[in-house]
Parts: sequence; structure tokens; C-alpha cells
Amino acid sequence: MKPGRVPVPLLVPAVLGLIFLILPLVGLLARTPWGSLLDRLTEPGVVAALRLSLLTSTLATVLCLVLGVPLAWLLARVEFPGRRLVRALITVPLVLPPVVGGIALLLALGRRGLVGQWLDSTFGITLPFTTAGVVIAESFVALPFLVIAVEGALRGADSRYEEAAATLGSGRWTTFTHVTLPLVAPGIAAGAVLCWARALGEFGATITFAGNYPGVTQTMPLAVYQTMESGDLEGAVVLSLILLVVSVAILAGLRDRWLTAP
Amino acid sequence: MTGVLLDARLAVRRGTFQLDVELRIGRGETVALLGPNGAGKTTALRALAGLTPLSADGRLLLDGRDLSRTPPEQRPIGVVFQDYLLFPHLSARDNVAFGPRRHGRDRKAAHAVADHWLDRVGLTEYARRKPRNLSGGQAQRVALARALAVDPTLLLLDEPLAALDARTRLETRGELRRHLSAHPGATLLVTHDPLDALVLADRLVIVEQGRVVQEGDAATITARPRTDYVARLVGLNLFRGHGDGHAVTVADGFTLTSTDTVHGDAFVAFPPSAVALHPHQPDGSPRNTWPAVLADVQHHGDNLRVRLDGPISVAADITPAAAAQLDLVPGRQLWVAVKATETRAYPDGSQ
Repeated sequence: MKPGRVPVPLLVPAVLGLIFLILPLVGLLARTPWGSLLDRLTEPGVVAALRLSLLTSTLATVLCLVLGVPLAWLLARVEFPGRRLVRALITVPLVLPPVVGGIALLLALGRRGLVGQWLDSTFGITLPFTTAGVVIAESFVALPFLVIAVEGALRGADSRYEEAAATLGSGRWTTFTHVTLPLVAPGIAAGAVLCWARALGEFGATITFAGNYPGVTQTMPLAVYQTMESGDLEGAVVLSLILLVVSVAILAGLRDRWLTAP
Repeated sequence: MTGVLLDARLAVRRGTFQLDVELRIGRGETVALLGPNGAGKTTALRALAGLTPLSADGRLLLDGRDLSRTPPEQRPIGVVFQDYLLFPHLSARDNVAFGPRRHGRDRKAAHAVADHWLDRVGLTEYARRKPRNLSGGQAQRVALARALAVDPTLLLLDEPLAALDARTRLETRGELRRHLSAHPGATLLVTHDPLDALVLADRLVIVEQGRVVQEGDAATITARPRTDYVARLVGLNLFRGHGDGHAVTVADGFTLTSTDTVHGDAFVAFPPSAVALHPHQPDGSPRNTWPAVLADVQHHGDNLRVRLDGPISVAADITPAAAAQLDLVPGRQLWVAVKATETRAYPDGSQ
């Protein structure tokens, strides 16, 4: 259909929606102090927060891949009682406000939490208010994105390829690594990117479970919030711009390499 | 044929559908499992491969080994799937090497096996191509090479030519025949195309609604069909009835006369080309004449195939010249004549 023939009742809301999405970004760019940008970029606090953000969101993505891909496979390929319940439970963190997620994590993995108590007394491991805690908080919020994306990819993939592999003498594990994984690789990559982006932007669960200690648990979103609270609007704008540029650059780079169909 | 290699009772229950097929295949023998859609052919193949479990009364013996409960990856059975299912992320060579690798060969040895088989099917120069860059005929040959590369005792082919266009089909059919006759194990071919079955197989097993209705070599089956499906397959009109000498009563009070002699339950068969049509009641030699109503006319090669309703429904093949004189519109009243010498009557052995 040519652009000129799009019905007005569809065209107007579509354009409004686009403006609604783009306008805040324009606002951000308009208020950016371009003159002092370079100086502020190299402030040690900014570099530390950025490094911590990239490190934790990448680790969280790895953790989500290790746990989430098998979970998605189980949901897509094995019929077990309560499968629908499990699938519903997985989507809970999606709708749960992240702050509530953070409190739940404290109650489970905190020093006096359900499992945290045991971790502390047996192994001397404490998760809250550590960098590891940031990774945990981000993973908790991001995992459902990965599981749902990968399960969708697995359901979309033709399971008869796995049958063909079986007739050639391939056991289930080898079939998974040699046939299933390569077939759904684009879906896993898409899920990982979604998962990483969610982890990078994570705020509520992180600040609740891991706190806001510069250099240890203060990721970029937390740094933006704190700078803003302290009355330094210009600083907050610079930090936001960095977060925006980094995430857009990485998403664009990955899209060209991974997210196009083979 | 030196003894039975495959001895199976393929019993599978799936909801209301029930498959129960006895199958024996000798060493070096190719058997075609032929039947209409939904007859259970593919279910039988999947049961042999281990992809669909046999029910308790099922049995699968291959070369003396009981494989009834063996998982698919441990059965010495190769499968060529209908749409080939070549792994899209692997080259033709790696597709063929996949089986040998899983059977414990190292990468180099597996590639040597793959190269050998790709050479056998004439695709050496396509070894590095991905399946999406292969034509239908080439993909079919890679799928055959992949199934044969693990030296299967039993080779299964599911409609191996169905996905090809008419011309490729002709070439591939001849080539497939060569590879199947070179295969030392047993081969089972599942098809709904009688031509594939006749060209490729030594013996036909015909299934309808999950049961074997007839089996034997091509000559026997084409000469003496036992069901409507088989008769249509080989292009014959077929009627079951009760024989008393030369007369076989096939419908309520309607009798066909044959030069053959039968007593008791019997079949009468005649080709559509033996059916003559007349505008008025014919006199003279034909022993079988009856009035009929034209139901349908279709092109059939250079001739027309006419379906007629009456005391019995028959198909007739007539030339366009004859058709021009008869004014063939549905509902037209005609007289049908079939010479007794052109009919075959034979006993219904299943009784």
C-alpha cells in the first residue's frame, strides 16, 4: 500500500504515537550541555557507574542464558504435569513491580531470608548490597524475557529435525546441542538482547536488594536518580545521554550481526 | 532373497485410529507400502523408526534382534523423510557426516564417509552447499546419502519423490531404483503413487484403514485387485459378488457374465477401455448390457473417462470421436456394453 492511501483513523494515532516516543528523547538532547560534556564524561563516578552497569547486565544475561534456555526447552519440548502453572509463574516477574521484586529477593536471599540465612551460615555468602546482588536482581527481572523469547523460538522450530537427528543415532543431549540450538540461535540471540536491555535499565529491584553504593552497586540508572535527587539536573542529563547512546549503539551493532534471519 | 530380515507387527493405537500391519522384508528386498491418504502408512514408518511407540501387542524383529522398545537413536534404521529434513545450518557434507559422527567416528573419518556417499549420488561438487541452495532433486539425493551413510539394516523412505516436480521425479525415480537395488539391507518405501511402487519395489503391500488388504508382486495385484482402491489404482472396474459358473451376481439381481468360471464369493474386473457406450440398446455379441446414466466426464490422457451410474457404477474410457457422437452431458441415458471375453472373474481368496 502506498503511504498516501493509509486511512486517516490509523495514520493520526500512529504519528501521534511516534511523536510521543521520540519527544522525550528530543528533550534530552535539547538540554544536553554539549560544551562541558567531555569533562563530565570522564568524571570517575560516571566511568565507574558505566563500567558496573555493563559488567552486571552482561553477567546477568549470561546467567539468564545458562538457566533460561534449558527452562525454555523444558517448557517447549517436555509434557509434564503443571506445565501451564510453571509457565504462568515465569511471567509473574514481568508484571510484578521491580521494587516488590527487590523486597521479595531480600526476604528470600537476604541475610535473614529463607535461603540467604543458610547461605550466610554455611558458606559465608551474603548477596544483598554486593555487586553479585546487583546481578541477581537484574537476572530476576530479565529472565522471563529470555525464557519467553526462547520458548517461542523453540515452538516455532520444526521438531521433526530432532526426529531426523534421532534416526541418525543422535541422543537427546547431542540433538539439543547440534540441532536444536543452531536452529533456534536467532531466537536465543533476540531473547538475550532483550534480556540484556532489561538488565541494563533495571532500577527498582536493584536499589531495593543491592542498595546504592557508588562503585559497588550503583549502576547507571541509580546514578542518574541520585544525581537528579541532589539537584544536579545537568549531570543527570549527561548520564542519561550516555546510557541512551551505549544501549542504542550495542542494540544496533547486535541487530546487524545477530538479529537478521540466516 | 536369503531369509527374512525384518519381521514386524506394527500395532499402534491413536485415539480411534488403529494400525495393525504385519510386515516381513527379506535381505536386499524392497517393499512398497501403498495406500490412500490416512491409511496409516506414515504411522507404520514412524513405528518402525521408533518415533511412534508400538502398543503392547506390537513386535519388531530386525536381523534377529528385538527392537520393539529400543529408542530411535539405537535402531539400525535409516529414514529418508518426505520433505527430507536436511539440517538447514549444515552443509550437504556435514548433513551426511552427521550420522557417522554420532556413531562414534571422528570428524575426519565421518567426512570421508560423507564424501564417499556424496560421490555415489553424484553430488561431490555440491558438498559445501547449504540445503537452501540445493534443488529439490539434489536435496533428495543428499537425504538418501545421509540415511545410507550409517549403513542401516533397514532403510525407510517416506514418499521420497512426492516433493519433486514431474520431470525431476522421472530422473530421480530411475536413480533411486539403482541405489535401492544396491542396498544390501531391507528397504521399505511408503507411497501413494502406484508408479513409484511399481518401479521401485519388488513387492507391494497395500494398506487401507490401518489394515493390509492385499499383498504380492505387481503382476498379481494389477491382474487381481481385491478392493476398490486397488482397482482404481491399477485402472480397473472391480465388483465383488457371488459366482455360479460364468455368471457372477454383483448387485441385487444384477449379473455379469464372464468367460472365466467361478463358484462362491468372487470378484469380476474389467478395464474401462472394455466398456462400450451406445445411445440405444445394442444387439449382437456383448453378453453384458444395461441402461445407465452419465454422471461425470473427465480428460484421461488422450481419451475421456466417463463415470456411469446404474445398477452398478462403472468407468468407461472412450475416444473423443466416440464422445462427439454420444452427446455426453450429465444425466444423459446411455446403454453400457461389456464383452464377456474382456472380463476377468476370480475367487475371493480372503473368505
